[in-house]
Amino acid sequence: MIASTDRQTHRSEFAIDVHGLNKHFGNRHVVNNLSMQVRTGEIFGFLGPNGSGKTTSIRMMCGLLTPDSGSGTCLGYDIIAESDAIKRNVGYMTQRFSFWEDLSIRENLDFVARLYQMPDRKTAVENALTALGLKTRANQLAGALSGGWKQRLALAACMLHRPALLLLDEPTAGVDPAARRDFWEELHRLAAQGISVLVSTHYMDEAERCHKLAYISHGVLLAQGTAQEIVAAQKLFTWTIKAETENGKADESADEGLAQLASALADKPGVLQTAAFGNALHVTGRDPVLLEKTLRETLVEQSYEMKQTETGLEEVFIHLMRTSKEELEAQAKEAQMKEAQR
Amino acid sequence: MSRQPFFFSPARCWGIVLKEFLQLKRDRVTFAMVVGIPVMLLILFGYAINMDPKHLKTAMIDADRSEFSRSFIMAMRNSAYFDFVGELNNEAEGEAAVTRGDVQFVVNIPSDFSKRLARGERPTVLVVADATDPAAASNAIGAVTRLADSVAWKDLGGTLAKLNVPVAPFEVQVHRRYNPEGITQYNIVPGLMGIILTMTMVMLTGLAMTRERERGTMENLLATPVRPLEVLTGKIVPYIFIGIIQATIILVAAIVLFHVPFVGGIVELYSILLIYVAATLTVGIAISSLASNQLQGVQLTFFFFLPNVLLSGFMFPFYGMPKWAQVIAHALPMTYFNRLVRGIMLKGNGWLELWPNLWPLIAFTVILMGIALKFYRRTLD
Repeated sequence: MIASTDRQTHRSEFAIDVHGLNKHFGNRHVVNNLSMQVRTGEIFGFLGPNGSGKTTSIRMMCGLLTPDSGSGTCLGYDIIAESDAIKRNVGYMTQRFSFWEDLSIRENLDFVARLYQMPDRKTAVENALTALGLKTRANQLAGALSGGWKQRLALAACMLHRPALLLLDEPTAGVDPAARRDFWEELHRLAAQGISVLVSTHYMDEAERCHKLAYISHGVLLAQGTAQEIVAAQKLFTWTIKAETENGKADESADEGLAQLASALADKPGVLQTAAFGNALHVTGRDPVLLEKTLRETLVEQSYEMKQTETGLEEVFIHLMRTSKEELEAQAKEAQMKEAQR
Repeated sequence: MSRQPFFFSPARCWGIVLKEFLQLKRDRVTFAMVVGIPVMLLILFGYAINMDPKHLKTAMIDADRSEFSRSFIMAMRNSAYFDFVGELNNEAEGEAAVTRGDVQFVVNIPSDFSKRLARGERPTVLVVADATDPAAASNAIGAVTRLADSVAWKDLGGTLAKLNVPVAPFEVQVHRRYNPEGITQYNIVPGLMGIILTMTMVMLTGLAMTRERERGTMENLLATPVRPLEVLTGKIVPYIFIGIIQATIILVAAIVLFHVPFVGGIVELYSILLIYVAATLTVGIAISSLASNQLQGVQLTFFFFLPNVLLSGFMFPFYGMPKWAQVIAHALPMTYFNRLVRGIMLKGNGWLELWPNLWPLIAFTVILMGIALKFYRRTLD
């Protein structure tokens, strides 16, 4: 490594480019053969249920964990050999608030600015305080802040050194909708400036705001691409069923009817899953002909309005989560059988 | 763009120093304890510990009731080691009193003592001592043997001079240097400085890294470009100031309250203090790197602390220990510190005399820093 190149941002096509990452904690295979590419200037959404390996993957990308196997680059720096350079150019926001609760907001920012050896530190700290609306609270201790303000502080601190890549681990968990909206607008503004963002989340509305998405479950990356690509790849067909009402308003009996209908449809041929959306029911299946047949048979002589709609991300993710779990359970069963035969 | 020094950045290290100072400032209780504890401990132990106990309870059985027996008992009383609390009738009562712990000594002067003395038969005065604690009894026992000589000389000097027992053909003269009166505080108080510094310093940094880990802030610290040596040094520096403040408080108290003589140089003393504080803080930071939680940190701290107290020559005489124990003690920083501080304060040692005990402290610090760096976890693995 040459000192003079440290601060230069590597202008390559990919901000993150990792291949075949594996990580075990004891017997648990937490990340399984993960390959992922995040383009420069892209907001990349990282989705998956709790404990699916999102945090571990992010930590491996910024050099906080060493992968058991696999390789890759982050901003053009090798994730294993050049983690120092990565740390200088990446802003990492931890899932759990990890700033110093016995320091004030300003002191926290000032400390971070010192660690990154920012030129003109004071101005940078003041600008960050202004930009994120923390100015009036600058002297409050971080430990006394509410969840939303802590999140703002964390974001301000990880963007302070103007990183080329942001790694955000569930940044909006426990944050109110208005603050979440502001946050996402800020992310899009940053992306427009050419900053790449990898953000893990549980929220579907946030997923839809990303340029690209990846879905991970039990350490396995199940899908990667734009929202449309991911939806299209699963080849699912969805019907929306609505109760027909005389005055256009749904009543409680109609809701009950939908709930009964959902359980009635659950095990019918061609039905993969049902999900209630307000006063409508989404029924998803893989075989469009079979699904339509089942629906028409079940709904005959009932006053429901049904029409085919586009499959949404949420249906796709729930489907992915279920199938992957079933697949893994099947694999485990198989392994047990083999063990028993021996 | 600023240049990036590759291995050690004083600026980043200074960032850590400032942060630690702020955190220390916010933690008022710790700060108060750091200043208050040394004073309390010093006063407590300084006044409490006495290696040369006097006024020990003594009973007498004076069956002789002669001029000589009275004069002997008077001499014992004058030595200040013995307080006569009562007279007993026979040996059995004396044994019982010692067994019960009512008295520590029983002086038994047999009935025919002065008669036999006059006949030149070398009669015996029996002193029964409770020697369960050898240190407590030994000085008094030593005193009573010396008394026998002087009383005999004085009382038998006249008419009974011809009966005098032969004396050694030469004389041994002992000069008790640096602490001629054998005042315990002169020895204890400088030693207490070592004890207090060791305990507070090791504890303060011993939890420094584990605290970051347990509060979850370590992940953040590791995600920044800060390097291990910068973190460790930055965490040590603020406590060096604390250590120097502590040592100054102890020093002032030692001189004002206990009148410990200070014959050496102040520059030497503060240089030694600086090095010793750095050494103990490094021990703490090494413990911190090794331990994975605060409980382990506390346990390791005590594991380090106890041998330092017991083997360093603070509590028990260094050369009274077997060779192997002396070898262990030579690996403990307090051993050197005790010698250095006593050397400066009581003996007025200069650099030349200090050096043999000084370089091991420096070496110790460097080695421990190496260990701390080796075990510093740079990832969350």
